[in-house]
Amino acid sequence: MAKMNMLQAINNALDLAMAKDDGVVCFGEDVGHFGGVFRATSKLQEKYGKARCFNTPLTEQGIAGFANGMAAQGMKPVAEIQFADYIFPAFDQIVNETAKFRYRSGDQFNVGGLVFRTPYGGGIAGGHYHSQSPEAYFAHTPGLKIVVPRDPAQAKGLLLASISCPDPVIFFEPKKLYRASVGEVSEEYYEIPIGKAEVMQTGTQVTVLAWGAQMETVQKAVDMAQAEGISCELIDLRSILPWDVETVVTSVKKTGRLVINHEAPLTGGFAGEIAATIQKECFLHLESPILRVCGLDIPYPLALEKEYVPDHLKTFEAIKASVNF
Amino acid sequence: MTNPNNATISTIHLAEFTSGHALQIPTLRVLADDGTVFPGAKEPELSKETALRMYQSMTFIRVLDERMLAAQRQGRISFYMQCLGEEAATVGSAAALHEEDMIMAQYREQGALRYRGFSLEQFMNQLFSNEKDLGKGRQMPVHYGSRDIHYMTISSPLGTQIPQAAGYAYAQKLRGKANVTICYFGEGAASEGDFHAGLNMAAVHKAPVLFFCRNNGYAISTPANEQFKGDGIACRGVGYGMKAIRVDGADILAVYQATLMARDYALANNEPVLLESIAYRLGAHSSSDDPSGYRSKEEEELWRKNDPIARFRLWLLNKGWLDDAADKAQIEGLRQEILDALKVAEKIAKPGIEHLISDVYAEPIPELERQLSELKEHIRKYPEAYPITAGRML
Repeated sequence: MAKMNMLQAINNALDLAMAKDDGVVCFGEDVGHFGGVFRATSKLQEKYGKARCFNTPLTEQGIAGFANGMAAQGMKPVAEIQFADYIFPAFDQIVNETAKFRYRSGDQFNVGGLVFRTPYGGGIAGGHYHSQSPEAYFAHTPGLKIVVPRDPAQAKGLLLASISCPDPVIFFEPKKLYRASVGEVSEEYYEIPIGKAEVMQTGTQVTVLAWGAQMETVQKAVDMAQAEGISCELIDLRSILPWDVETVVTSVKKTGRLVINHEAPLTGGFAGEIAATIQKECFLHLESPILRVCGLDIPYPLALEKEYVPDHLKTFEAIKASVNF
Repeated sequence: MTNPNNATISTIHLAEFTSGHALQIPTLRVLADDGTVFPGAKEPELSKETALRMYQSMTFIRVLDERMLAAQRQGRISFYMQCLGEEAATVGSAAALHEEDMIMAQYREQGALRYRGFSLEQFMNQLFSNEKDLGKGRQMPVHYGSRDIHYMTISSPLGTQIPQAAGYAYAQKLRGKANVTICYFGEGAASEGDFHAGLNMAAVHKAPVLFFCRNNGYAISTPANEQFKGDGIACRGVGYGMKAIRVDGADILAVYQATLMARDYALANNEPVLLESIAYRLGAHSSSDDPSGYRSKEEEELWRKNDPIARFRLWLLNKGWLDDAADKAQIEGLRQEILDALKVAEKIAKPGIEHLISDVYAEPIPELERQLSELKEHIRKYPEAYPITAGRML
């Protein structure tokens, strides 16, 4: 075990993946010698050469298209989109190509092994073009898998699982935790399965669900609620697509209440999808309406970021409202 | 001195523009209209066997297009796209490749597909989206693909194959394969952002791709002069720092020779090459289109005289490699063969219901299994409303 921040854990995962399989290739804007603007690919070019870790021109659709082609040939491209806010020029390549490659060819061709790594989310004073959480757009696209880690150890295991996954994966990295989140990480190769949520704390009165950077936030809220005697079950969803319905259903059947938190805007956010499924599966077990604590339906603000974010206090209030309904 | 701008600086002291049409790329022609080789042109070294395979691929596609457009008009298939007028461009380029070079096409390159060996039955199964279709009946007619013959499955969105070809060829290079990737697209698709992305990526990362632009004058109804302002498409290659060549797309010997040269260069230097074929889309864009709304019969007639098959046929006859009567009989026989194959394919069952969810992922996720079983239950309730699947479900 070693103490690593999330960037170091991601870098370590990429290093191990490249050492293990010479088909793994990392590229993106400033990813080469510089090691990425956040340094996630630091030293990889030095170690594995320019052919396997390189800069690309400023063209997200080009990066995505290039990655699709490489993966279709049988390699495992790990393509970085510098900020999730800039993934939209690649939307067509990802939604119409990546996601449908296997299906449309009748399984003759596929882009398994392709991973798009991209930093998402707020908390870095980035305004609306360096803070967005676009997971819900992609969750509406069959054929993709979507993963969001909460800490360094999770980031490493989930990233390695993404690279070895036979399906293409979008790996959203909570950039505000890149250096802030530090933990013990095994230096060995290990994978954490995609599509499985993790119950981080068991409780009886209310299930609190989030993913990625919001896990820290909801943990704070849960601690506050516990201090007031409310027993909370805390779940990290970890994968948005496919999402672990079973784990959430089991929990809500026990607690009878659900609070979902995400940083993306409320309307059309993934919490709505979860709420719809849970009300169907757990209707007779529910003691109160499912609550969503999300961003406002506005572009991500700058000066008033604190007001916008679904913070621990808003979540704490929602937990109380859910229990006292 | 360092060159941070990656630009050669030659200085002037009085302001002057470089014209937007300063670069006019000449068009390679080898085969004259009468089937002879132009004086000064170099006749490519083609064996009789290869030449006949090329010719037969062209005539096959010509007859297939004619029959299948008719089948669409009869309501037997939903949609069709012809290659009429561009048979030489697609067959001639494919013939210059090695069998393991990847082909990434747009949707009008059935000539290349046929040259690679896609069988009549395979064409039919795709067009009728039956259970023998390699694509499992999931895409509209003409979206062919075959892993066995290195022909990437067609995707409708325009130009998406362009950056993919760059990535595919780069991966081939990394794997040490002595292969190129050819990427076909139209002059209309060259307006897509993916064109810029793909050519630039391929040039910067030294990927051996042959970007083959079929400039056929029209993107559905939009003429090329409303599509771009530059001099054709080939000159753009120079902007990306890659070699470019323009050929007469109705001249199969020119297309063959240019593609052969481009392939050799791309492999030897790990560089992409841009080829532009100048031809005319003689047919409609698709079976859903009617060109009489945007171009004149006179214009079409003028180009109809520039028939790529007729020109190549004359060359073959001149060589004594083709027997006029036997050829005509063979084409007549082909019409019947196609009709027979059509009748077989249209009777083959559609794919089973399990193929609704297969291949979305390598293994269906639990939610898909759940949705399928729910759907099956519903179909059992109303079998008459779902005749394709109701009778075949266990």
